[in-house]
Amino acid sequence: MKATFRIWRQDTPNGQGGFKDYEVDGLNADMSFLEALDHLNEILVLRNEKVVAFEYDCREGICGQCGVYINGRAHGPHENITTCQLHMRSFEDGATIVIEPWRADAFPIIKDLIVDRSAFDRIIEQGGYISAKTGTAPEANAIPIGKEISDRAMDAAACIGCGACVATCKNASAALFTSAKINHLNSLPQGQPEAHKRVLEMTAQMEKEGFGHCTFTGACEVECPEGISIVNIAEMNARYLKAKLFS
Amino acid sequence: MRLDAKIPEGKLEEKWRNYQIKSKLINPANKKKLNVIVVGSGLSGAGAAATLAELGYDVQCFCYQDSARRAHSVAAQGGINAAKNYQHDGDSVWRMFHDTLKGGDFRSREANTYRLAELSAPLIDHFTQQGVPFAREYGGVLVNRSFGGVQVQRTFYARGQTGQQLLLAAYSQLYKMIRAKKVTMLPRTEMLDLVVVDGKAKGIIARDLVSGEIKRYAADAVVLATGGYSRVFRLSTLAIGCNGSAIWKAHKKGALFAAPSFTQIHPTALPQSSEAQSKLTLMSESLRNDGRIWVPTAKGDSRKAEDIPEEERDYYLERRYPSFGNLAPRDIASRAAKERIDAGHGVGRLKNAVYLDFKHSIERLGLETIKDRYGNLFKMYRKITGVDAYKEPMQISPAAHFSMGGLWVDYELMTTIPGLYAIGECNFSDHGANRLGANSLLQASVDGYFILPNTINNYLASEIKQASVSADHPAFAEAEKDVKEHIARILSIEGSKTVDHFHRELGKVMWQECAMSRSKVGLEKAIHQLNEIKEDFWQTVKVTGHDQELNTELEKALRLADFIELGLLMCTDALQREESCGAHFREEYQTEDGEAVRVDDNYAYVSAWEYTDSGFQLHKEKLEFEFVKPTVRSYK
Repeated sequence: MKATFRIWRQDTPNGQGGFKDYEVDGLNADMSFLEALDHLNEILVLRNEKVVAFEYDCREGICGQCGVYINGRAHGPHENITTCQLHMRSFEDGATIVIEPWRADAFPIIKDLIVDRSAFDRIIEQGGYISAKTGTAPEANAIPIGKEISDRAMDAAACIGCGACVATCKNASAALFTSAKINHLNSLPQGQPEAHKRVLEMTAQMEKEGFGHCTFTGACEVECPEGISIVNIAEMNARYLKAKLFS
Repeated sequence: MRLDAKIPEGKLEEKWRNYQIKSKLINPANKKKLNVIVVGSGLSGAGAAATLAELGYDVQCFCYQDSARRAHSVAAQGGINAAKNYQHDGDSVWRMFHDTLKGGDFRSREANTYRLAELSAPLIDHFTQQGVPFAREYGGVLVNRSFGGVQVQRTFYARGQTGQQLLLAAYSQLYKMIRAKKVTMLPRTEMLDLVVVDGKAKGIIARDLVSGEIKRYAADAVVLATGGYSRVFRLSTLAIGCNGSAIWKAHKKGALFAAPSFTQIHPTALPQSSEAQSKLTLMSESLRNDGRIWVPTAKGDSRKAEDIPEEERDYYLERRYPSFGNLAPRDIASRAAKERIDAGHGVGRLKNAVYLDFKHSIERLGLETIKDRYGNLFKMYRKITGVDAYKEPMQISPAAHFSMGGLWVDYELMTTIPGLYAIGECNFSDHGANRLGANSLLQASVDGYFILPNTINNYLASEIKQASVSADHPAFAEAEKDVKEHIARILSIEGSKTVDHFHRELGKVMWQECAMSRSKVGLEKAIHQLNEIKEDFWQTVKVTGHDQELNTELEKALRLADFIELGLLMCTDALQREESCGAHFREEYQTEDGEAVRVDDNYAYVSAWEYTDSGFQLHKEKLEFEFVKPTVRSYK
């Protein structure tokens, strides 16, 4: 199988980037998309060229580190997957495949396809936790939590922090990411003492990082590998209003 | 060298308490003056970094990924064990200890293993408090399921994403302490050497993976929490970046390496489909709760699974191990799969897999129950293979997974270098020759949250009396120089072969000779081949780009150079252990029906290897079984 990879190359954060075409032979349909890039990089090494810098780690859809824009879509042509879960069988033989990094002001490019997503960490830093020290926990079954509540918390907690929601949003909003963490913790009894503070501080950080506002286009939930629902954003907004009124 | 495991006195159930009573304390004002480096931000590293910071220490935490949230603990699916006895099915700390010791084929310390079981219950309390959404009953209490090698239900889980949820809890707690300015987080920074001053660990040399700059970091103690090294097989269930470099550098600086050849092959991963494959995706062991494993009775049967009638299916685990059936421990299940595949009963395009079938469970429990229990695993299977496993059986195959071996540590989790600790998967401690499912998240967490924060003070209490070593010390300059020369040497080779080429070669040898089945002849051949690969690597590897930039090829090359040497040690270890135990199966030591034969008289010890100029030197820590008499491990 053959393909032409049209890849964004950019050597430094402030350098001039641009697309470059690579014709690649020797691919096969069972290769994952990242394995196809590995294959390209081996060819580049043997041609004495610098490899394409791209990110990955677990390659099983859970670490959230991989993630590129492929043919104009976050994580490629399918819904609700990560880039590592995309396979070459999804492309026609001989296709031209355009590969870009996530594009968002809050995710500056570091090199080629690698961006800096540390803004997500700083949002978590502003309250995406429960302030209890190791060693202070009560017996686990002392806090009964109904299955429906626990399941909903888990739905939100499943976020892998890949940034596809931001990349795909025309406003580069981080509302889905932020709301997922807020709703995970604020829907549980353990998260109640800090619930108002959490929603106010995390959303404040989200704005400070330069993410745009959510205008409910729903683009994010289509690309989210965990299928986290846009309803989370509405719920966060309700929690925000409540926190503003009562805290 | 005399290896002192520092096991506390007293009855098994009193040892940890006795230790804590005698351990030296440090007052809060003094803790502020002490600086601890934690390398790795997975479940053990993040847990330790956060907890040490809560206690008052100044912590610097390093990871090679872009964020602490990526560490490979994130990928553990099935669950975490704890002796809560919530199911009222006869579980207890003692039973859990016994299961773990037996599961490890009596090649771990009683005291460590007991402590692991003892601290499991408070750990579930801890994670629940941190907001982990464990699975629950409608009435609000926690649910459990079974895992391999046990007959009770003690595994807690959060769908098939337990590792992710525990890791995110640890990551959150870490960021809470980053906000409190007690932890400095250094992502995209990789440790390349350990700095030892007057025999004590006093810092590390690390590379900023974005700028390429080599930097020095000094501390009063260094904690390695760098995970497992099964990427030595190249194809494994691990993340692509997982590596053994930090522990290997520590080993070369004097830390003994224990039981390197004890590596676990997981029975239920997705089979390899091509040479270009970089990763074998794990399917959680929890699937074996409700899935039945089988192969066609006839060799080379190429009919579709649905066309093979019930009487022509061999449920070989149920046949060979009737009392544990599909929940036989991992080493046994993997070997049994290999045996069937090698005998010509494998299924799938490359005949390298076995079936994991849910048909009967779906009939018995209904589709909805199976979806609720394993929905995301079935979804993942479909994403990768394009197959709907609710309708036809999954195809699974054994894959390299966990390393029970690692840096030798004593009861305090300190290595043989004072001030250097190893926690989580990168140490050798609790799992012996085989780890039970859902004990990995447990060990990582217990080490990081509960044990290390209670043992490191015993060392630091005496360090506080001395002035801290600064990064200007000559030992730092020397280590930095060595690192720079090592990098320059790799870049200067400018050969003709890629790093991946060498990794594939290494992986083939290790998988062939040092995985599920080992022999004297094979291991000797492997050592010869690895030496050739090593020589070839240092003459013909090619890395493009330079060192003062983000250079992923250089990162890979540095890790691979260490993997090749580690592979040599693994084969050396496997060769000296002339017995079969747990995951270490020597073909010369088996019964007529293919079960492992342990040789307790000669090998009831932890092999601990010293790195010397003239080769690897073996030291032995004899294992004393004071409370449990080792028996033949039977799951029949």
